[in-house]
Amino acid sequence: MKLIRNIFRFYVDGFKNMPAWGRTAWAIIVLKGVIIFILIKFLLFPNFLKKNFETDEERSDYVLEQLTKKADNYDVTER
Amino acid sequence: MMLLNVDPSLVDWSRAQFALTAMYHWIFVPVTLGILFIIAFMETIYVKTGDPEWKRTTKFWMKLFGINFAIGVATGIILEFEFGTNWSNYSWFVGDIFGAPLAIEGIMAFFMESTFIAVMFFGWNKVSKKFHLASTWLTAIGANLSALWILVANGWMQFPTGMYFNPDTARNEMVNFWDVFLSPVAVNKFLHTITSGYIVASLFVIGISSYFLLRGRESLLAKRSIIIASVFGLISSIAIILTGHGSAVQVAEKQPMKLAAMEGLYKGGTNAELMGFGIITPGKQAFDGKNDYVVKFGFKGMLSYLIAFNKDHYVPGVEDLINGVPEKGILPAQERIDKGKIAVSSLKAYKIAKKNGNTAEARKMLALFNENYKHFGYGFLDKPTDIIPNVQLVFYSFHAMVLLGTFFVFVFLAFFWFSFRNTIEKFRFRKLLYYIALLCIPLSFIASEAGWVVVEVGRQPWVVQDYMPVSAAVTDISSSSVQLTFFIFAVVFTALLIAEVSIMTRQIKIGPTKQEK
Repeated sequence: MKLIRNIFRFYVDGFKNMPAWGRTAWAIIVLKGVIIFILIKFLLFPNFLKKNFETDEERSDYVLEQLTKKADNYDVTER
Repeated sequence: MMLLNVDPSLVDWSRAQFALTAMYHWIFVPVTLGILFIIAFMETIYVKTGDPEWKRTTKFWMKLFGINFAIGVATGIILEFEFGTNWSNYSWFVGDIFGAPLAIEGIMAFFMESTFIAVMFFGWNKVSKKFHLASTWLTAIGANLSALWILVANGWMQFPTGMYFNPDTARNEMVNFWDVFLSPVAVNKFLHTITSGYIVASLFVIGISSYFLLRGRESLLAKRSIIIASVFGLISSIAIILTGHGSAVQVAEKQPMKLAAMEGLYKGGTNAELMGFGIITPGKQAFDGKNDYVVKFGFKGMLSYLIAFNKDHYVPGVEDLINGVPEKGILPAQERIDKGKIAVSSLKAYKIAKKNGNTAEARKMLALFNENYKHFGYGFLDKPTDIIPNVQLVFYSFHAMVLLGTFFVFVFLAFFWFSFRNTIEKFRFRKLLYYIALLCIPLSFIASEAGWVVVEVGRQPWVVQDYMPVSAAVTDISSSSVQLTFFIFAVVFTALLIAEVSIMTRQIKIGPTKQEK
């Protein structure tokens, strides 16, 4: 318990005594995090297969269909 | 248009967006990879000698590392978002192999960043000197190990190995972790990439130290930093020559078209020429009968010799790889396209037969598919010349990288010589040397980015060598949405770069502060 408290205090002291450039750097990290993980990830970059299909089987079928579209012009069943 | 119903502009915009993200991300990475070791060396000397000036020097470079790290952190995660949205076919196709290294990288980066970096920045005077030093070394090692995993994944894309394609799930599954992890392409790629980062970081340190010397400030800090960085840069330069050679040997074996593009070699043969530099005939295309070069400066036989230590070694050119050289085991591209079409079609026929319960037909189609799977990606191509990358771009990028890398060796040697003898401030042309060092900061980034252009443009049209072209990897979404996010990224990344440069230059102008004593 004491160890956890010491670690917690270590981080708190570190942040409290941070120089100005460190505060600016953290402000950029937080702002960037918001932009990347909220705006970019959830609004602009949904995972296409996870969003549009419920099961891995459906995803497999979709990708296979995409990959074999071109096979319509090429018959191998007579081989 | 190689894959039916795919808008060619979608492929181009998706590629442009990925290239933009990767190239911006790579601006921040190399300094992080290299400067941490330079800082660790400095701190080691401080712990050994107890000299407070070494502590001040260490803390100054640590501050610049902190700014670079803060602005660069998480820029790479956007590449993963792009995989899921723009490259879903690819992500699914490679999922099990690509996912594992990326997951390890994410976990490693999280633990490293939340523990050792915190000790590095917050732990001065709170933990023992040795514990602090250990944290600095562990941060340096951890950052480089973190890079290892993404480079292993990239190495697999250049040379797919250790996998089995499951036709029922349309995914490649890892069957041998060690084949993937220790693939000669991955090993060379990792070593070559991190050493390039060490060179960029060394030039960064030498350049900023030169700024101080030009201004007549922080002379001791600057000279000490130059000694450390020039030694580190020189050792890294030797390593990069060796790993670069190793990479070229691997490229010759596994991606001969990329090597042909790197050398602008349209017609190959034995006693192949290594091109020192040249200007490729503008508009030059394979089989157009034009001269390959307007002017050139090469070394006859050197390319064959460097690849196999044998001047009689055969090196195929672009046109040989299209036409095929059966006696050398090189199939004509058209034959591979035909086999690829068989692989694609038999995969579809297998799936249909299986769905219809026709076991005999399914077994027959699966055998046909497995027989032709190594040509699978060719099945998406229309014509043999589709396997040619942008030769001019690859050639000039490769030669820019090599020429700049060679130039950097002389810069390191000059700084090492003068600083080791402590005569740099007496050298007659010292100001010129300092300005060259400053110029080397942007030049080192150009060389490093050019290296990635060689790797990634050189392997086109493939996203996974021979198994999947970019046109088959892309998600069938609207190209306008990709265009929109392309411009959003361009704005966000440019803002980050401006923030990086302005904060960094402000802190450099301030220099080491009293608090850093």
